[in-house]
Amino acid sequence: MSYKEIIAKYAEVPGGIIEAFHAVEKELSFLPEEAIAEAARVFKVPAAEAFGVASFYSMFSTKARGKNVIRLCESAPCHVAGAAEVVAAIEKELGIRMGESTNDGLFALEFTECVGQCQATPVITINSKPYLDVTPAIIPNILAEYK
Amino acid sequence: MINVTIDGIKTSVPEGSTILKAAESIGVKIPTLCNHPDQAVKGNCRVCVCEVEGSRLLSAACVMPVWEGMVVKTRTPKVVEARKTILELILSNHPQDCLNCIRNQNCELQTLAEEYFIRDNPFSQKTRGMAKDYSTPAIFRDPDKCILCRRCVEACSVIQSVNALGLDQRGHHAMVVPTMGWDLIDSPCVMCGQCIHACPVGAIGEVEEIDKLLAAIADPDTVVVTQIAPAVRVAIGEEVGLATGDMPMDVFAAGLRQIGFDYVLHTNFTADLTILEEGNELLKRLKEGGTLPMFTSCSPGWINFCETFYPDLLDNLSTCKSPQQMFGALAKTYWAEKSNIDPAKIYSVSIMPCTAKKYECSRPEMNDSGFRDVDLVLTTREIGRLFRMSGIDFNKLAGSHFDSWMGAYTGAAVIFGASGGVMEAALRTVYEVVTGQTLENVNFEVTRGIQGIKEAEVDLNGTVVKVAIANGLSNARQLMDEVRAGTSPYHFIEIMACPGGCIGGGGQPITKSNAKRVERINQIYVEDEACEIRKSHENPEVKAIYEEFLHEPLGHQSHHLLHTHYTAKNKKTL
Repeated sequence: MSYKEIIAKYAEVPGGIIEAFHAVEKELSFLPEEAIAEAARVFKVPAAEAFGVASFYSMFSTKARGKNVIRLCESAPCHVAGAAEVVAAIEKELGIRMGESTNDGLFALEFTECVGQCQATPVITINSKPYLDVTPAIIPNILAEYK
Repeated sequence: MINVTIDGIKTSVPEGSTILKAAESIGVKIPTLCNHPDQAVKGNCRVCVCEVEGSRLLSAACVMPVWEGMVVKTRTPKVVEARKTILELILSNHPQDCLNCIRNQNCELQTLAEEYFIRDNPFSQKTRGMAKDYSTPAIFRDPDKCILCRRCVEACSVIQSVNALGLDQRGHHAMVVPTMGWDLIDSPCVMCGQCIHACPVGAIGEVEEIDKLLAAIADPDTVVVTQIAPAVRVAIGEEVGLATGDMPMDVFAAGLRQIGFDYVLHTNFTADLTILEEGNELLKRLKEGGTLPMFTSCSPGWINFCETFYPDLLDNLSTCKSPQQMFGALAKTYWAEKSNIDPAKIYSVSIMPCTAKKYECSRPEMNDSGFRDVDLVLTTREIGRLFRMSGIDFNKLAGSHFDSWMGAYTGAAVIFGASGGVMEAALRTVYEVVTGQTLENVNFEVTRGIQGIKEAEVDLNGTVVKVAIANGLSNARQLMDEVRAGTSPYHFIEIMACPGGCIGGGGQPITKSNAKRVERINQIYVEDEACEIRKSHENPEVKAIYEEFLHEPLGHQSHHLLHTHYTAKNKKTL
């Protein structure tokens, strides 16, 4: 589905611009400028304001990124439990640094705030699905699910 | 009424008043940064915090409403310490670049840093290192200096309905950016410059071009000719320590000669000429069933707005060039010939209350004289800098005359500087042209004032002409939406992009409130009253140019030199 069709589905929803952005991201993994401009037209707000909404929320990205978004918690409990080693393992496995995307467009790697699973740290999420008690050793297996 | 005590002073104020308003009413000054007298409350800078008895936390005076029996203390040690810390935090990521800043000595943050004697800032200095934006010929942005008060965003969105500015990201990473974070030139910006007046610091300003003038003056082969826009005189005094309106026109002209201008002429001359051309254009449209309502075309910010947001209504715009561009085209043709000067040697400088004029003179079609019609536009503020640099004492300077052929003007041209002035000037002339009778009372009071939208009806020999006047682009938008919907009852609409008209233009002395705009408007009408001739068609030099050069309004020469066309901007997104 094109971003235009996706956004049109939410046109009648009050404040639907945020839901429309989520739906576009699900399809494209980020919010291209054209989609933000289209949402501005559909929801009758200035493009500068639609862009403000898109850039305000950390779950939205206004820059192109890989299809599967890996988010790693950078809050204190995960940090203490060895998040740094997990980051290193993901970076090594994918050949990218934190904040980058893989050349094949399959993965993006980002930090996130606490996702509320502190009973089983460190935690990563991929496309919002949580993985608990993550160790560097199991990283290749987790990523294999998405390749 | 609510009874409150502020710093031991008892007073009563209307319900809903904020602490700030209540304090103002009894002369207690509370510092502010994000607060603006003509805008909505923002409450984001916190520099106005005060102690309220019974509250554990300090309250922001600009947002907190008063309650019955409230006891406020605005200058306790706790308050002073908090305000100093807030200022130190703002300054810790504000470039310490005051000496090189366009707002040096006219900056709200600098003033507060002085008042609160900020000396050794305990917070380490860290700026964001963002690039300056010089993408437009009129306005620059220096986002590193931005203190995130958001007054420019409100000026651009609420007052002007242009929406070129918004926010990017949030919290510590938040920035004010043009649409999508693009350069300003790619946003819908119309270059009106109202954001400059809104900015408390030097994060936005006009593109300065004083050095180009100095280079032209230094060149002995160049003849530097200048024109002064109608709204400049009332405000230029503010730049050199005089009161609003306190600079006599002849002393202003003498000051320009001191700076080194070879010939001092007047945009007022072409303002009068505009009335002849535009008045006749209106009559022609009325008679021949042309596109109505006709819109005035003097304000380049408004032209940009129409080309950006209402490209379907370009036929409604008068084809008359703005007085600046009419002057430019005539200076290098008619005036050069009359004065026996080679037009190739003329450097044509206009002094404008406007930032969008800097863009207008660079439009590719503005070269009908065979040269670039206007070479340089300097704002009132830039001329103020030149005057201060030159150290001229205007109280002692003897007045000087304007040069011939394009220096004479009437009161009708003077009022172009205020919202409603073009309409009033047009009515003074059109009435006499149509009825053949002398207009005894030239004052059309209904067209005057800072009110956003004004309307009037004039009976011209049995034909009732309905006119409307808007200043500020959100007001213009209301009238344009009516025209687009086909419900507009008007024949003629005057639009000025800036609140109050050109006296509130983006190039005027930094204008902190509409109250100052009203003061300038009042001075415009004082000047009009003092003019011996107050109808454009009675201007002797205008009569002369029609006799000797143009022959008739809307004639062949006029069409070539004084009229123009418009182009849709086709911006990527609005």
